[in-house]
Amino acid sequence: MKRRSERSSRAIRVVSGALIVLASALAAGCGVGGDEGGSGARAINWYVFNEPGGAFDKAVADCNKEAGGKYKINYVKLPTDANQQRELIVRRLAAEDDSIDLVGMDVIWTAELAEAGWILPWEGERRQVAEEGKLEGPLKTVEYNGKIWAIPFTSNTQLLWYRKDRVDPPPDDFTWDEMIDQASESGKAIEVQAAQYEGLTVWINSLIAGAGGQIVDQNGEVKVDASAERAAEIEKKLATSAAAPPGMSTNREDQARLGFESDRSDYQLNYTFIYPSAEAIKGFQDKIGWARYPRTDKGEESRPPLGGINIGVSAYAKAPDLAFDAAECLASDEHQAIAAELGGLPPTTEAVYEDEKVQKAFPFSDLLRESIDAAAPRPVTPAYSDISLAIQKSFHPPEGIDPNGLEDTLRDRIDKAGQGEIF
Amino acid sequence: MSTAEATGTRTAAPPKGKVSDRKKAERKLAWMLCAPAVIVMLLVTGYPIAYAFYLSLQKFDLRFPDDKEFVGLANYGDVLSSSTWWSDVITTLIITVASVALELVLGMAIALVMHRAIFGRGPVRAAILIPYGIVTVVAAFAWKFAFDPTSGFVFGLPLISDTWQPLNTKGGSLLVIILAEVWKTTPFMALLLLAGLALVPDELHEAAKVDGASTIQRFFRITLPLMRPAILVALLFRTLDAFRIFDTPFIIQPGGALGTETVSILGYNILINRVNLGLGSAVSILIFICVILIATLFVKGLGTSTAQQRGEV
Repeated sequence: MKRRSERSSRAIRVVSGALIVLASALAAGCGVGGDEGGSGARAINWYVFNEPGGAFDKAVADCNKEAGGKYKINYVKLPTDANQQRELIVRRLAAEDDSIDLVGMDVIWTAELAEAGWILPWEGERRQVAEEGKLEGPLKTVEYNGKIWAIPFTSNTQLLWYRKDRVDPPPDDFTWDEMIDQASESGKAIEVQAAQYEGLTVWINSLIAGAGGQIVDQNGEVKVDASAERAAEIEKKLATSAAAPPGMSTNREDQARLGFESDRSDYQLNYTFIYPSAEAIKGFQDKIGWARYPRTDKGEESRPPLGGINIGVSAYAKAPDLAFDAAECLASDEHQAIAAELGGLPPTTEAVYEDEKVQKAFPFSDLLRESIDAAAPRPVTPAYSDISLAIQKSFHPPEGIDPNGLEDTLRDRIDKAGQGEIF
Repeated sequence: MSTAEATGTRTAAPPKGKVSDRKKAERKLAWMLCAPAVIVMLLVTGYPIAYAFYLSLQKFDLRFPDDKEFVGLANYGDVLSSSTWWSDVITTLIITVASVALELVLGMAIALVMHRAIFGRGPVRAAILIPYGIVTVVAAFAWKFAFDPTSGFVFGLPLISDTWQPLNTKGGSLLVIILAEVWKTTPFMALLLLAGLALVPDELHEAAKVDGASTIQRFFRITLPLMRPAILVALLFRTLDAFRIFDTPFIIQPGGALGTETVSILGYNILINRVNLGLGSAVSILIFICVILIATLFVKGLGTSTAQQRGEV
């Protein structure tokens, strides 16, 4: 008896010792390494998502060289998940963290950060620089309450990618219904983003706008109408058809790309990054065709999604003037072209689309520009993240929603979201 | 474990008669020795709880600091009258009850194996404890990938249909969450139960054997009753843990999709994502109250059972 308990306590000691070592190793690993950015009067910390192609690294290096010691930008990488990026930024800005100078803002954050007073408006000459030569869609994403709150840097939109070797090029007035019918017949899937996350809001917003509808208008008024039910019908039709991809209700951008590359699908709705990444499979890039985002209704132009990154100046920046200078440099035409070339990120300045590098990076650059011009921005409201959660809840799971009555559910949830209630 | 035994003997032999001066001095010393710990506890738990309660009485969104106002219990009314809160409570209870029940059964079996293992006891115990040493998020990812429709190995196993997509349905997702949770924390349960098993004297078993009791009879009539305090402690720890479950569902179904949202994830969404401190604190306080309720239920059960046991022995 005694020996046994001695042995067991020794076993426990050994195991707990091992656990402590493991835990401390992990804790050390979790510590933010050299990414925290620099301090000092001239240091400008730019918090933005990690761009693996090296485009942001190059922009930072160029600007630092150009500045000649006036300022030094540190590129601080945010998590890959869009929700986590926002959480980190919001939490830090709410705490008046002065280690953030520049924010690489997702296009949907503008109203929220501006209303809270966490970013500085671009006024006078600064405003001119921010607006100069920009496409209309991206420019709208930095506008709130009649002011400009960031400089548009990169844009993004989704195209309809299809397998040239298997299906005919879609006509100009190609609709979701036609696409679903056609794919169901051939037994091939249509890749979309329908997990419960921001990507679902992106899809639903485009479907609703494509039916001539709107979720929230410029003044923050809720404008949900019958177009919400039309969007739900299309979503449910795809989810319950033979064209529904496996795991549709949990698929995000990358699962859609992998599905398309795995040969199971004829169509894919996705951002432009899928084109360069198809290079990894020999001969696959040649099989990919591109077309405009499909229509919700036959008679109505499609409204593709609009994404991208704007650069805003934190209200708690230690040297706002230097931060504005740095932002202007980072978002210059030259660096937009580099972002397109190395990162596959579409420019926001119209003229940059004529750049040779951009033309080479995007063989579909004309369609891209047309799509960005026609894109439907997501609701511009300080309660955007609440409203997006309400949309995601209302339109998920894709095969389980009931389009009848969804209009009322959605309006009710968005009202509650706007008023800061639980939904 | 040695401290538990020490306190056990002390409470078992309460001081009788009048308190001597020495006892008094000892008590005073005991209070002084405890004071730093009590003060630290008040600082790190009392203050946040009080502050959360204060926040929960206000309308307070970090993004609209100017709209801050005192609203009394309105946030609680809002939460308790919403269907979201109640459906999340039910989801959480399903996960809690199912995982703790499975863990108890499996944990008991494993504890018996560890207790009776004749050779290689060290390696056996270490091997059983490994899942508990793995970071929850890593374990959750492993289970998620195992059931992923494109990369999951589970669908290659016999008796499992290739077309089954558990992560696409509510029931399937809950099943995977429960399995991940059971896999991860059964060793903890087993460890606590093993400590309880060590308390059962061999003499009783030998006596029962002489009286002709079968193995099953001895397990239910001797082992289980004597282990009751250990079982209750194990259940208490695990139930409290399971009710606050966050990491596993957060990874397996991000955003609480498909109705897998637990109360902790609801609190996270409101506090961290929506930065609505008033409403979110109300949710946190409600979770805290639920936890206290669970703890009270168990402690009551635990108290009576130890008293009974003391009377019997």
